[in-house]
Order: sequence, then C-alpha cells, then structure tokens
Amino acid sequence: MLSTRALGLAPALRQAAFSPARNHILRTVIRSSIIKRSVQTQSLKPEDGTTILNTQRLQRPSSPHFTIYEPQLTWIGSIFNRVTGVGLGFLLYGFSLAYLVAPGTFDSTHVIEFVGGLPDVVKYAGKFILALPFTFHSWNGIRHLLWDSGKFLTVKGAYSTGYAVLGATAISTIVLMFQ
Amino acid sequence: MSVLSQAARRFVKASVVDARTFTTSTRRLQAEPLQKPVLNKEFKIYRWNPDEPAKKPTLQSYTIDLNQTGPMILDALIKIKNEIDPTLTFRRSCREGICGSCAMNINGQNTLACLCRIDRDASKDSKIYPLPHMYIVKDLVPDLTQFYKQYKSIQPYLQNDNPPEKGEFLQSQEERRKLDGLYECILCACCSTSCPSYWWNQDEYLGPATLMQAYRWIADSRDSNGAKRKEYLQNELSMYRCHTIFNCSRTCPKGLNPAAAIAKIKLELAAD
Repeated sequence: MLSTRALGLAPALRQAAFSPARNHILRTVIRSSIIKRSVQTQSLKPEDGTTILNTQRLQRPSSPHFTIYEPQLTWIGSIFNRVTGVGLGFLLYGFSLAYLVAPGTFDSTHVIEFVGGLPDVVKYAGKFILALPFTFHSWNGIRHLLWDSGKFLTVKGAYSTGYAVLGATAISTIVLMFQ
Repeated sequence: MSVLSQAARRFVKASVVDARTFTTSTRRLQAEPLQKPVLNKEFKIYRWNPDEPAKKPTLQSYTIDLNQTGPMILDALIKIKNEIDPTLTFRRSCREGICGSCAMNINGQNTLACLCRIDRDASKDSKIYPLPHMYIVKDLVPDLTQFYKQYKSIQPYLQNDNPPEKGEFLQSQEERRKLDGLYECILCACCSTSCPSYWWNQDEYLGPATLMQAYRWIADSRDSNGAKRKEYLQNELSMYRCHTIFNCSRTCPKGLNPAAAIAKIKLELAAD
C-alpha cells in the first residue's frame, strides 16, 4: 500500500480495477504513472544522509543577535560597565607606564601645570569625560557586589538598582565636574 | 416523464416556496452580520533556505488582515503559512506555552510566539527573527543540538546511591519549596539565546537554561551528587561567564528567574 502511494500509482490501479479491458488497464497505469512521477524521489543510504546534513551544517548562517535585540537597561548597562572598565584600565596603566618611562614629564606638578593652562571649556569637558565612566563603573560595581551577596536578584530589583545607578552617576558626575 | 422525476420536481418546487417564506420571515428579525473593517498589518520575517545556501538571509514582508487572524503571533504565522506562503518554516506544537517549540525573537525580544500577542497598532510592522546567535536550519528554525548537549552534560536526573529501604524519597515542604520556580522550565532556549555571554562563548559557557537546571538538581534534597555537580561548574567558563546581565530573567516567557538561580550557585561555590 505504502509503495503504491509513494509511486503515485494508487489512482491508476483503482481505475484499472473497475475497467474490463486488459489492454486498457495497462495503458492507464502507464499513462498516469508517467504523469504522476514528474517529481522523482531518490533512495539514499543512511551514510549519505549524514553527509548531506554535514555539508548543510557548514553552510548554515548564524542568526542576528545584538543588532536586532531590543535595547534594554539590562544588557546595555552591562556593556557600558565593560567599556568603562576597559577605558579606565587603559588610562590607569597608560598613565602609570608613561610615568615609569618619563617621570620628569608625567609627575603631578607637570600635569597640574598643564591642566591649569587649558581653557575652561576643555577643563569641564575633560572632567566630564573622566568623571562619567569613573562614577558609573564605581556605582555599578556596588550594584554587582549587592547581587553577589544575594540581594536584588529579581527583574524588578535589577531595574530599580539600574535606575539608581544611573541617577547616582548623573549626580556624582555633575558634582565632580564643578568641584 | 417518469413518476419519480415528477415527484422530485414537485418536492423541489415546494421546498423553494418554503425556503422563501422562511427567509423573508426571519430576515426582519435577524441583525445584520457585523462586517469587521480590514486591519492590515505588516510582518517582516527572517528567511533563509538551505537549498539555496549562497543566498544571504533576508527579511520577507507579509501583510495580513488582523481582524481575520487569531490574537497571537503564532496565529499570524500559521495564517501566513496556510494562505500566503507554504514555504515559511517554523516550529510549533502545543500553542499554549507548554512545549517551548515556537521560541523566537519577536520585536527584539525572545519569547514564545504562542504566548505573544500581536500588537494591534497596524502602523508599526512586527519583526520576527529566529533565536539570536544560533545556526539556522531554515527560516525560523535554529539548530538546538549544542543547547541540548549542554543540558545533557549536567546529568539532569536524580542521583542517589542510597535509596530509601522502603517506599519513596521523602521531602519536607520547605525542601520541596526550593524547587519551585526551577522545575517549571520548558527548555525553550529563550533565556540562553538572549544572553550576550552565551552569544560570545556558546561553545563553553553553559547558558542560563542549563545552569538553572544544574541548580535545580543541586537544590534537590533527594539528590546526593551535589558535590560533583558543583565541581563540574567550578571553572572559568562553564558558569562564571555569567555577569548577572539579567537578560535571561527579563525574557523568560514562563516568568522564571535563571539569573537568581545562577547567583545562588555562585554563593554555594563561594562557600565551599
């Protein structure tokens, strides 16, 4: 039964069963099977299936991720924590190494003199650029410590602490800028 | 003309007359059928066909009438597949949020298509992508082989060498309560594929879904293999790639909290 269905012979045979002429049976079977079999199936060994699957696996695309994911406080905040951490790290190591290489140029007196000679706009802008990542990273670090001690471990907790960090960052950045 | 056909004709005539009286008498009593206005909404759906691997994945646009569609995104997908494009491929089974088959990224968030309502605002389109950062088998169907392998690797079954002599393992109500919010997971992979850490380290980081199940067995008072289970996670990548981002808990269509479960494992490992 299955094989007749697979070959598309079922209607032809059914028709043939009711028809009296032998010759006619044969013709019907041939004609309808030729029409039905325009789409051919091919039999494959099990190993062939694995090969096909493996070639297909090599060509599979990876679905889009951060470009299509909705921007949320959760993961955008996490990215900024990483970025500010890396930036502050570069600054710390950069300044330390520079001091090591040329202690005469990069000591506190020279830095203070250099900054003191800058126009006010550059001073405030520079303070803002330094204060924002520093305060954000510090406050968010406290948020992480709270999480690690088992507090605020709900979606609501994550959001309220997230907004608290943003607020504290804004206030402390402004305070540091105009100090 | 035979007697039979004459009888038939008479019958038809009679029924036509009957029908007319029937309709005319009832039409006055019937309310006009409500014609719902057409509310066309555009759906943009990620397409990729493995038979044409050289072609890049594209977004294909379909417009359907929301007033002729069910309320959920899955209803829209099924309607599109039935009426517009039978080649559109996606997984679905239970249509009530218990099988986890129809997990996909809808309007930027991972969720189950069967639990996600269609936004009735027709001016905005709805974008539907497969789960993020997964290899795509076809259209909205991701390859979850790695995900299932990771789940298998934490040995998600009861292990206890000293079963009770008689009857079953007994548990106090408090002990049982620890498993609430853990065992309900349907492994739809929404949380794992929403996690940026899982995007970048899928090969070694286990991901929130698997880690929450790891904790489900660590927390179970009937299981005696807790020490080994914890030891399996005691390395840089398996669990500590979790940076408490909270995308997992935010996206879970079952309202579970994998981030908290992972934090609890971290606390237990720190106390070891």
